[in-house]
Amino acid sequence: MRVIKDKSVIDDEWSLIRKLDSSASIPEGSVILPFSFWQANRDILLKSKKNHAIWIDGSIETESLVDDLEFFSIIALDFPTFKDGRSYSHARLLRERYGYKGELRAIGDVLQDQLFFMQRCGIDCFQIRDDKDIEQALNSFEAFSKCYQAAADDAIPIQKQRKFK
Amino acid sequence: MYKYDNYDHAIVNERVQQFRDQTRRFLAGDLSDDEFRPLRLMNGLYIQTHAPMLRVAIPYGLLSSKQLRMLAHISRKYDKGYGHFSTRQNIQFNWPALETAPDILADLATVEMHAIQTSGNCIRNTTSDQFAGIAKDELEDPRPYCEIIRQWSTFHPEFSFLPRKFKIAVSGSEGDRAAAQVHDIGLYLVSNQKGEVGFSVFVGGGLGRTPYIGKCIRDFLEKKYLLSYIEAILRVYNRFGRRDNIYKARIKILVNAVGKEEFGKQVEAEWEHIKEGVLKLEQKDIDHAQSFFTSPTYDEDAVDVNSFNEVKKSNSAFSNWAGRNLYPHKIPGYEAVVISLKAPKIAPGDATDEQMDFIADLSDQYSFGEIIVTHDQNLVLPNVKQADLFSLWEKLETQNLATSNIGLLTDMICCPGLDFCSLANAGSIPIAKQINEKFDDMDYLHDIGDIKIKMSGCMNACGHHHVGHIGILGVDKKGEEFYQLTLGGSAENDASLGDRLGPAVEKKEVANVIGKLLDVYVDLRQENERFLDTYRRVGIRPFKKNVYASN
Repeated sequence: MRVIKDKSVIDDEWSLIRKLDSSASIPEGSVILPFSFWQANRDILLKSKKNHAIWIDGSIETESLVDDLEFFSIIALDFPTFKDGRSYSHARLLRERYGYKGELRAIGDVLQDQLFFMQRCGIDCFQIRDDKDIEQALNSFEAFSKCYQAAADDAIPIQKQRKFK
Repeated sequence: MYKYDNYDHAIVNERVQQFRDQTRRFLAGDLSDDEFRPLRLMNGLYIQTHAPMLRVAIPYGLLSSKQLRMLAHISRKYDKGYGHFSTRQNIQFNWPALETAPDILADLATVEMHAIQTSGNCIRNTTSDQFAGIAKDELEDPRPYCEIIRQWSTFHPEFSFLPRKFKIAVSGSEGDRAAAQVHDIGLYLVSNQKGEVGFSVFVGGGLGRTPYIGKCIRDFLEKKYLLSYIEAILRVYNRFGRRDNIYKARIKILVNAVGKEEFGKQVEAEWEHIKEGVLKLEQKDIDHAQSFFTSPTYDEDAVDVNSFNEVKKSNSAFSNWAGRNLYPHKIPGYEAVVISLKAPKIAPGDATDEQMDFIADLSDQYSFGEIIVTHDQNLVLPNVKQADLFSLWEKLETQNLATSNIGLLTDMICCPGLDFCSLANAGSIPIAKQINEKFDDMDYLHDIGDIKIKMSGCMNACGHHHVGHIGILGVDKKGEEFYQLTLGGSAENDASLGDRLGPAVEKKEVANVIGKLLDVYVDLRQENERFLDTYRRVGIRPFKKNVYASN
């Protein structure tokens, strides 16, 4: 599958498992697992030395992940519809408050016109919706050259750039 | 007033480019209706009954004469030669073509204006007191804080897809003229026991389907924490506000579901994490914002009470106008002039391109080139010398702008209603017309005195009917337009929600019913009581009885 990572389109080996019964056997390969599956099988998963990846949506409290952050190389944030903005708060909290350094991947209804906001919140990988042109989506990262607020990116807010008399 | 620097210009110009590209992709079929909708709404563009409607932001209602001339130009070039000033101190154009919206935004950008976040589930234009900066009862000018909030909220990356729209109002005076308690966040500038000025913070007020008065969650917030505290409120709301039902998605529902104490606790807990961070305002940030809202150079010899009183004595029409349409100014010899956009036969809040140009010229001549849009849908020239009032009034007369009805029955708040809006259940403008036709006797109107009639064409309550002394809500009954009346609402310091009078009345009866309500008031009022005071004293029963007795 092709995703945008660090503002380039790349081929990616991870596959997303949307639903998985907690009692199911552990899937092979590079898989992004539901957080509920992780919670139920945490000890077994931790014994396998591979990289771990989970996905969450806005109904999960960000705080319930914090003890496990060191184990994840990907946290995928779901946007069941692009109008559901809860995962923006997930992203900022994970980056700014809890110091998560791994990949934050936007999944679900991920569209060009939201990428600027998503990257500002610390999301660095984007699985653009299948029917959309992923190359065209790259255009949106530079929509604005200045920002009024600090967020999880390295933009310096305008207020801090202004020269005062 | 605030003046853009290169940073502000860059952002607004880039927004024009972005929206031009989004519109192009929509017209080319690359964006579906559903995908384009939130994008255009965040630019104030609705698809309405007849045509798109474009809502342009007027931050805290303040316009320069140059900006007002641009609005006149836009209404002439892209619309049908008029604009509608809204209850949120914005302006709406009812007839632009979708294809021209990017060009309108480009024109607006040349005068430091935009339509950013005038709709959509994001933080909207922050509103304030129409008499900010000139009112005698003002503790501090609220507008610098509105501007700080405007900048922080513009393209906020985390809060652009909230559960629902989000409105903030800031009031800086004893008398609340910003309706702060019916906003998602209402801020009052207050001083504490040490004499320091900060904010008291109300959350969860709002009208619409489920009206609530806001709850105070913090009595005193130091100024430096303004943004961190608001960010904490927004974050709690963004995370935990309901998203399953559009009618239960406003913050008021969350606040009332978890309770004021618990909600306040959650906000304070979130705030503890961020209060000393990058959002903390430094004194120079506040100084910078305040530097744009300095007083003009007033004429120290402006006091001219004698000749002003002389003219009033000799001209009763002028005297009536001066009695209703002036607001006391903190500088002796000056008055704030309210220009009524509620002339009979005119849709409340509408102004033609010619009138807008005319008012822009008057503001240059008489009021330091500034104009303020009020949430009652009128315009204010904030700084007029008493000596100039008569000639100003004469000029206003020539353009049908001198109706002496500010605060009177015919100074109604009215949404666009069924005539324009695709959400409406019933007309509002025809009811305003009916009321104007029935109550055309100025002596009667002056005798009735202060009364606020507020009217909405549906329960979304754009006309704020819940907080009208008399509220009128349009409802649909099996395809017929009916009107539900409420009594006793207020949006001021004594904020309250109106009580339902009884069954909805037929369209043709609305003005008659108001007449019956006023009869009761005239009958029962005590000295100096306004309609609202009498209502609060005697309750709903006598009003109900007089309206429904014959049925």
